[in-house]
Amino acid sequence: MSPASETVTFIVDWLSLGSLYALMALGLVIVYGILRLVNFAYGELIMVSGYTLYLLGGGPLPWLVMAAVAVAAAVLSSYLTERVAFRPVREKSLTAMLITSFAVSTLLQNAALLFVSPRARVVPLPDLFSDSIAIGGTLVPVRDLLAIVVSLAMLALFSFVLRKTILGIALRAAADKFTMTRMLGVPANLIISTAFAISGLLAGIVSLFWLGRTASVTPGIGLEPLIVSFVATVLGGMQSLIGAVVGGYVLGLMTVAINTLLPQDLVDYRQAFTFGLVIVILLVRPEGLIRAK
Amino acid sequence: MLELRGLQVQYGSIMAVRDLSLNVNEGELVALIGANGAGKTTTLATIAGVLKPKKGSIVFRGHSIAGLPPEAIVRKGIAMVPEDREVFPTLTIEQNLRLGGYIRRNRAEYRRDVDEMCTLFPILGERLAQAAGTLSGGEQQQLALARALMSHPKMLMLDEPSLGLAPALVDQVFKLVTSLHRQGMTILLVEQNVHQTLDIVDRAYVLSIGRVEAAGTPADLRHQVNLQSVYLGEGPEGALGQLS
Repeated sequence: MSPASETVTFIVDWLSLGSLYALMALGLVIVYGILRLVNFAYGELIMVSGYTLYLLGGGPLPWLVMAAVAVAAAVLSSYLTERVAFRPVREKSLTAMLITSFAVSTLLQNAALLFVSPRARVVPLPDLFSDSIAIGGTLVPVRDLLAIVVSLAMLALFSFVLRKTILGIALRAAADKFTMTRMLGVPANLIISTAFAISGLLAGIVSLFWLGRTASVTPGIGLEPLIVSFVATVLGGMQSLIGAVVGGYVLGLMTVAINTLLPQDLVDYRQAFTFGLVIVILLVRPEGLIRAK
Repeated sequence: MLELRGLQVQYGSIMAVRDLSLNVNEGELVALIGANGAGKTTTLATIAGVLKPKKGSIVFRGHSIAGLPPEAIVRKGIAMVPEDREVFPTLTIEQNLRLGGYIRRNRAEYRRDVDEMCTLFPILGERLAQAAGTLSGGEQQQLALARALMSHPKMLMLDEPSLGLAPALVDQVFKLVTSLHRQGMTILLVEQNVHQTLDIVDRAYVLSIGRVEAAGTPADLRHQVNLQSVYLGEGPEGALGQLS
């Protein structure tokens, strides 16, 4: 490949992976910001969305409708886990919620093992996902470009909602001073339900592209997205939404750079290199890249 | 308007309010004074619904409000300006005000209310689009007050509004409270600034270790109570100091 072509490939790889990481991290941090809960059942939302696609596959629905239903399933699962699992223990302690999130994660994974199969299932994807187009003579997967465009659109939408709508402003306020926000009349349950619904929406959108990489879903598919989101939020700084986005893009950059630069016989150890680099960054900046204001 | 009977509130392992009864009439400016740990802040937090009373009743305009969540209390007409003001520093001043008017969902009224606040607090009007974190302490106090007024409260609770302010600004805060009171607002005020407080209130309760030690008009209290002891506190309250 020519250097120009390598550069285009590198940038598209970075931005597409980074965008997905950023959205995933945002979905995790929106709940963390309000409840101080790292939701370990977050990755399972991607699994739920995947199995929804699998179940709808082969049916009469156009792909976009199936995708919309899958995203809605992720939103609904996120909302329902909060209502059923987290709300009853919310007043008790943070530890209780943390353990509950492990329980929800295990429960959902085992449900998939039991009712579907431990083996990978094929999810339907649009033909567009396997197409490529040429940018300056370089072939670029359409799926990657879509991931970038959709993610940026989501980030823009999200930013608009947080700045301009009363619910968005209340969400930001609640992430900073929850009790004060309630004293102004914003119901705690509304804020928390909204945060979980947004979290589910982001996971659902990400799932379409995440599943698109292998075109299949397994019960354990949520683990990697969860770890990636968690690392990205820690890297970016857990106190801010911008931190999560920055963390996502930085982690994406590191992952792609290490994949590209590592000699062939070290590629199997790429995650060790990525997370090693994360540790080094955190040693220098323990509070993450973006400090809370 | 507001009546507390036999209120008991536990805060962690400490009984911060032991047996407290008080009342605030419509249009009155009433102060709770007392040393650190006397239970003043705990009392306000309990009325606001942040803490749940262990025993006792809280009746506001004929309805029991004890144990309701904070989001319900503000809808009953009680607005709180907490200690340390608690403005949202990353939000703009306008967004802070918008949240203050959260329970009033009428767009036209909202615009009018913001205009009114900008007249009342000109400094806020000049900086509506600025982040609240850029305001000075005194300006943040004005914002916290404006934010509380945005809900059109029937009663205002102010927790140490003069805390941490320069003397000139303290005077300004006391003037503001007085003028709100003159306009007919019912106010329950917590203050450590005892003498200045007694100059402006209708009545005051002196709290000590979670109980009312003395109550009455400023004139009564100046005769009855050794105000020096109110400042410094007596007995074991020192140990409760972190509470208020």
